[in-house]
Amino acid sequence: MTVFFSQLINGLSLGSIYALIALGYSMVYGIILLLNFAHGDIIMVGAYMSWFVMNQLGLGPVTAVCATIIVCTLLGVVIEKIAYTPLRSAPRISLLITAIGVSFFLEYTAELIMGSGAKVIPAYFAPKTFYVGKVPVGLTSIITLVVTVLSMLVLTFLVQKTKLGKAMRAVSEDMDAARLMGINVNSTISFTFAVGSALAGIGAVLYCCSYPQATPTMGSMLGLKAFVAAVLGGIGSMPGAMIGGIAIGLCECFVSAIGLSAWKDAVTFAILIIVLLVKPTGFLGRQVQEKV
Amino acid sequence: MNTKRKTLKMPVRYLMNAVLVALLFVGLSYLTQNVLSTYQNKVLLTVGINIILAVSLNVATGYLGQLPLGHAGFMAVGAYTCALFTKYCPLPGGISFALGLALACVVAGLFGVLIGIPALRLTGDYLAILTLGFGEIIRITLNNIDDVLGFKLFYGAKGLKNIPKYSNYWNVFLCVVITCFAIHAMMKSRHGRAVLAIRDNEIAAESCGIQTTYYKVMAFAFSAAFAGLAGGLYACYLGVLDPSTFGFMKSIEILVMVVLGGMGSMLGSILSATVLTILPEATRSFESYRMVVYSLVLILMMIFRPGGLLGSYDFSMSRIVEKIMNGELFRKKEKEGEDHE
Amino acid sequence: MKKMITRRNFLAAAGVVAAAGVLTACGGSSSSAAASGAASGAAASGDTIKVGVLGPLTGDVSVYGQAVVNGATLRLKQANEEGGINGKQIEIISMDEQGDPTQAVTCFTKMCDQGITALVGDVTTAPTLAVAAESADYNMPMVTASATAESVTYDAETDTVNGNVFRATFTDPFQGVKMADYACQKLGYTKAAVIFKKGADYNEGLAENFVKEFEAQGGTIVDQESYSDGDVDFKTQLTSILGKGPETVFCPNYYQEVGQILAQAESIGLTVPFLGGDGWDGLEGYATAEQLKDSYFCANYAKGASADFESAYKAEYGEDYPNGFAPLGYDAATTVLYGIQAAEDAGLEAGSDEYKQAVIDAIAGGTIEGLTGTFTFDEHHDPVKSTAILTYIDGKPELKEMF
Repeated sequence: MTVFFSQLINGLSLGSIYALIALGYSMVYGIILLLNFAHGDIIMVGAYMSWFVMNQLGLGPVTAVCATIIVCTLLGVVIEKIAYTPLRSAPRISLLITAIGVSFFLEYTAELIMGSGAKVIPAYFAPKTFYVGKVPVGLTSIITLVVTVLSMLVLTFLVQKTKLGKAMRAVSEDMDAARLMGINVNSTISFTFAVGSALAGIGAVLYCCSYPQATPTMGSMLGLKAFVAAVLGGIGSMPGAMIGGIAIGLCECFVSAIGLSAWKDAVTFAILIIVLLVKPTGFLGRQVQEKV
Repeated sequence: MNTKRKTLKMPVRYLMNAVLVALLFVGLSYLTQNVLSTYQNKVLLTVGINIILAVSLNVATGYLGQLPLGHAGFMAVGAYTCALFTKYCPLPGGISFALGLALACVVAGLFGVLIGIPALRLTGDYLAILTLGFGEIIRITLNNIDDVLGFKLFYGAKGLKNIPKYSNYWNVFLCVVITCFAIHAMMKSRHGRAVLAIRDNEIAAESCGIQTTYYKVMAFAFSAAFAGLAGGLYACYLGVLDPSTFGFMKSIEILVMVVLGGMGSMLGSILSATVLTILPEATRSFESYRMVVYSLVLILMMIFRPGGLLGSYDFSMSRIVEKIMNGELFRKKEKEGEDHE
Repeated sequence: MKKMITRRNFLAAAGVVAAAGVLTACGGSSSSAAASGAASGAAASGDTIKVGVLGPLTGDVSVYGQAVVNGATLRLKQANEEGGINGKQIEIISMDEQGDPTQAVTCFTKMCDQGITALVGDVTTAPTLAVAAESADYNMPMVTASATAESVTYDAETDTVNGNVFRATFTDPFQGVKMADYACQKLGYTKAAVIFKKGADYNEGLAENFVKEFEAQGGTIVDQESYSDGDVDFKTQLTSILGKGPETVFCPNYYQEVGQILAQAESIGLTVPFLGGDGWDGLEGYATAEQLKDSYFCANYAKGASADFESAYKAEYGEDYPNGFAPLGYDAATTVLYGIQAAEDAGLEAGSDEYKQAVIDAIAGGTIEGLTGTFTFDEHHDPVKSTAILTYIDGKPELKEMF
């Protein structure tokens, strides 16, 4: 039983990381309907930033966390301005290929600069284990869970209660109508990218707490999993992303725990396929009416 | 223009295209035998395989207007089918290879139907992620299926070896021609027009009495079958198979070829498959910068030419001849319109 | 629409670019043809011997590829500085295959067109298998530094040995036996767990042999866990292991993954010592002294064993050698040089078929004095090496004893 609860905690903490990244993915998708393949690579850049600040500059973890989040935010906005804005009226598949191009660019540039060997990120804090009854709970897991839940709450507040959030919702509903209503569409989209990328930055920090190595290609699979989480939960929905992420984390953990680790990705995708077939918009996605 | 345009009769068109292909064949075989080195011939062979992949994905992406991200999965199915068949088939080489390729097409096509039926109920990005999921499941299954079977057949990550190397310039060229012809003929037929109609407006197509599900699955399976053909050629080219080759990145690579060439343009797919296969080889001297350059090209290309190299333009010999016959070739076009031919 | 480039202009530009590309390609081909022509001429007149070095220099496995290629290149350059082989200089042709089997084969044929007489490579399993299948047609002597899959050198299906392929690295599952003996006899462990990567002969072989021997010695294996290539989350498996309460964990994987495993083991409270194989070389940068306390691994080479090699590597590439793949690349090149020396002594013409066969024969029957020990090749063309047991003192590997 102890092992079961330990695995549950492992699953929750892995799932929280997916959830956090899925939140950013979902936001960006919600506003310009772009599968932002570069989202995972923003996390990669964030991880290298943490390494650079702590390992090379020798600064403290607080500076590293701040630097990581700031760099990720800026990177997200810059990517949006340079690569995605010119394509606003282009077919969506061109936008997708651009996103893939940006993803490749970040990966190969990172490889060129940093080499393909993993860089070890120093611990942000000393590892510590608490015991709840007999179940060991790592400090990392607690922090991961708490930060993710907080991020989701703040985000929900931002989207539902603030003026900017209202603008974001309006733009995602109908870009042209929003423009007519006097909403600055460009800055709203940039703001969305900034928030999404900041989440990626937080995700990078949490990821590095649990898996303290940075490699140039670390983001691609992570981004894909987060995307799966976002779709599973219903893309565009904040609680949906959270549920989707945690569901995938738990699924991976329990499949591995029963000794089928080789099949865990297959099981994840199988669940995704079944959910999409039963409920094509994911757990909490909105049904979009087909216009005739 | 009130005078009737002069047109070519169908048999003449076929003859012309056949002559064109024959000329290309003679030219290329002269090159392969006399000019190109072994290395350049190998590159040419991979160009051929990539052309089949790109052209086949173009059916699902360009003509059907969907975004499948699991094309490499179908390639894997075809590759393993053909590899296992030719490896254990007692028939003489040529026959077993032909049968193996046919089987690869059929099995991959069946997978296309199996996956297409559920997947095509969805559209857009949901379909993309669903096909991606299927592709990954195929890869993971190939990796681990020996554990389930209890004996060694697929060899998983350790690599399937001793596949007879039947692929050569002649049969790859033949397969490219067959693929292009079959897809061209399909798209020119009633069925092809139905597929195009679905792409342009599904609801309108449905209300005209087109069975949308049937045609969507058909186009999807068609696309999968030719990916299987390419897989079979690939297996018998390399002689060794490993599931990691058919990951998600391979699907992306093929998609990039199609979009860069221009969605719905067969010539575009052929051109960009050729360019994107030769480019990494030609830029070897850049060493570590070449992939960065590649990604930049991708971004810039999409920013400045979002429609791809050729847009939806397609090459048609007969059209050019007709234009010459009507004396239109050098007249300035009144309108730079895209003609879907 | 104004901003877009029109199709006509674009086609014109593309045409110019394509024409330029074709021209350069043709230029390249003719020059390479000329080069190969010149090479055979030069070889006949006794100037250079061409050796190919193939590996992934970019892409996600390039961390291994670069180490192998650098190590091999270093050895070949040293041979040139020492005056070459019987006065002939080695010409190194190195190429990047990005970890892709298709590219590996095209690279290999390109090298053959350029007239190589032996190959050091490839690095990872899939491309090496593809190149091995191709190289048989050329009977090209080929020494892989690091591909561990049994099927690279030996075909179990047909029970034949790939005559032209050799391997410098261990696949030696014997390391598993050795570590099991050491764990039982010297360290006195009775309960052990195993975590290894699935689908790789090296990892599976070591784990399997460890389990067999450990149980034969009277110990109990409490848990066996595996993971797949590309995994980063090992907490689940480690939690299962923790639940079974072993005294030690045998972890026969490569150093980057071992680093992840050790860090995650610490975070879930699994603090027993770990044991490993020669894939651990390079681990010291990836785990803390605390995590490595009381850990042992067996290897035939570890940092500090050859000061000459390490200083030469640093002088050549401006950094410490990154992992155990560099000395293996170095040894693969030494093996190739050994074969070439024999062929040269026999007075054969570089690049000819007899020459290649002579290289192969010499390697198969030879005793190579490499960095990773003095070794011979067994009937499956695997090296037979002696092994040392190493441990970590303050996070740095130290030789414990020969065992």
